[in-house]
Amino acid sequence: MDWFMSPADELLSKYLGLSINVWLTLVFGFLIVPAVLGVSFGIHKYYMRTLLCIFEWATLQMELKAKEKNHQLYRHYTSGIVSKMPDSTLRQEIQDLRRTADCLSLEPRFDLADVFFFCRKGLESILDDDVTKCFSAQELESWNLLTRSNLNFRYISLKLLALWVLGVVIRYCVLLPFRVTVAVTGIFLFIVLSTVVGFLPSTKLRRYLSDTVHLMGYRLCVRSLSGVITYHNRENKPKNDGICVANHTTPIDGIILANDRCYSLVGQLHGGLLGMIQRAMEKSSPHIWFERSEVKDRHLVAKRLRDHVADENKHSVLIFPEGTCVNNTSVMMFKKGSFEIGCTVYPAAIKYDSRFGDAFWNSSQSGLVGYLLRLMSSWAIVCSVWYLPPMNRKEGEDAVQFASRVKSAIAAQGGLVDLTWDAGLKRTKVNDAFKEEQQQLFSTILLSDHEDQNHSKHVEGGCPEGDKGN
Amino acid sequence: MGSSSSRLSNIPNGQELMQETGFSDAHLLRLYERFQFLDKDNKGHLRSEDFEAVRELSKNPIGDRIVEAFFLPGQETVDFPSFVRVLAHFRPKEKNRTREGAQQEPEPANSRNQKLKFAFRLYDRDRDGKISRVELLQVLREMLGMQVTEEQLQSIAERAIQEADLDKDDTISFDEFRKISFHADPHRNRTGEARACLLEGKQT
Repeated sequence: MDWFMSPADELLSKYLGLSINVWLTLVFGFLIVPAVLGVSFGIHKYYMRTLLCIFEWATLQMELKAKEKNHQLYRHYTSGIVSKMPDSTLRQEIQDLRRTADCLSLEPRFDLADVFFFCRKGLESILDDDVTKCFSAQELESWNLLTRSNLNFRYISLKLLALWVLGVVIRYCVLLPFRVTVAVTGIFLFIVLSTVVGFLPSTKLRRYLSDTVHLMGYRLCVRSLSGVITYHNRENKPKNDGICVANHTTPIDGIILANDRCYSLVGQLHGGLLGMIQRAMEKSSPHIWFERSEVKDRHLVAKRLRDHVADENKHSVLIFPEGTCVNNTSVMMFKKGSFEIGCTVYPAAIKYDSRFGDAFWNSSQSGLVGYLLRLMSSWAIVCSVWYLPPMNRKEGEDAVQFASRVKSAIAAQGGLVDLTWDAGLKRTKVNDAFKEEQQQLFSTILLSDHEDQNHSKHVEGGCPEGDKGN
Repeated sequence: MGSSSSRLSNIPNGQELMQETGFSDAHLLRLYERFQFLDKDNKGHLRSEDFEAVRELSKNPIGDRIVEAFFLPGQETVDFPSFVRVLAHFRPKEKNRTREGAQQEPEPANSRNQKLKFAFRLYDRDRDGKISRVELLQVLREMLGMQVTEEQLQSIAERAIQEADLDKDDTISFDEFRKISFHADPHRNRTGEARACLLEGKQT
């Protein structure tokens, strides 16, 4: 068969062989082996700093170009479109209105102008509301050379365009293949090793080995995404006797946290590749996977959680009480289920730096594969994790209040907005209870004003004329 | 999020809208984005169901009325220019504008009069130019919900009508509405400047 191969073919196969060798060496040497051993070369610091300089330069270029054209660079803000009084509350405004009305009211008085407050709030909501904002990707201040986050296309000069093309080439032709290789190797190794460890008898050695295998697996996954994670307050790391809760932004939140310490995950058993990974994990370390049918049974879920937590040898359970992915600018309502168990809660706050790549998964916009592809072709996934001191339920506090308290702590630490809205609103409509709350507030103000004035009338023995005028 | 379709040139009649409403191009772009966000099926216009995507509006007791006020009588859809025109009523005033007393032709979109007209539309559902007792009761019921009894509601409405209804025809016309909204006491015909500022959303 030799004489079928022309010199060109020979050369090609020689170079191909060489480049594959180089490739494998690089991948193993720089990514896989360090990940397995848990060491890092520190290259990422320089990488990030370089990238940041480039981004700032890019934004500056766009601003200059925009100034040339005498335009304003399109920024993501809605302030100034509708006149807002952000600090005004219903009570304040109605009282101000009553004061300026200069009248003697002995009965509850409705001012036709009371409607203005609700009208303005309504228009503000139509323009921009807190809830809807949470379910779409965060908006950036400066451009990070990814098409998906740019709205100032008119202001791109030739230099910038060239830079952007270079960026695309690097991301898709260099970074993406590297990452996919690492990911595939990592998952394969993980499944094999985890199953192997599963055959050992249940001893301390087995636990140690399984922890190592798990950590290795997670580390490889993180490297495959070029993840740069900074852990703060490590002294508060969760112990085995409780549950760990965190805010939820992406499906890889679990991997980010588990990179530092082993957790037991809770979730539904899937099919396909994901199911295979889940079953492999189960063999070497106890996780809580539910069949589809069992998920609805809250008591069963609670019981299994309690049993797990009671066993000291098992790792703490990792739970995301929001229930769905939120875009990392705010924290939404925590579901009370996990807080009813009655054990110590170890909160953790995760904040992503979206300058290098937005990790938020908008499930209505793209499927899981599309999402992973996008992740792997970003510059990097940079995030900070803060471990907060453990919290316990106080005397007289019910599960909902406890959940709320934990949520506020996480929001405060991570610099996120603390919202009371239910993250389930992503897919459902609002409960009427909120409207009733507003109605109640309004009627209280209306009726209590009347009581106040009646009271003061009796006290002063006359209508308080004039002292309420402006 | 934010694809290449967000250009001022893509907005139909963008320049004219800017002139008419006084919004800057950055604001108009933002409004267009919001409009497109609400218009999930890309129809080019909004129906009242599309406003349900604004979750916060469901918290507002008169949320439905506000949405209704966007639609012209008899129309079931709102296109982008109409959407912008309504929001233009509440655009903040520039500081260097001439004082409200001077009449400008044409009347700016965010003048006091326009705001009042919009608020009047919230009450006057059948658009007959008058707020009847029934309409007032409806609004009151929506704003107070089940928190007050029927008698309390009736007495509140009664009082409100008595105060505002100057010509004693048992309805509130737009003129009477204007007087009582911005004037402290309609009988004395004084302008309550502080009150007006409150309603317009300015800090006093």
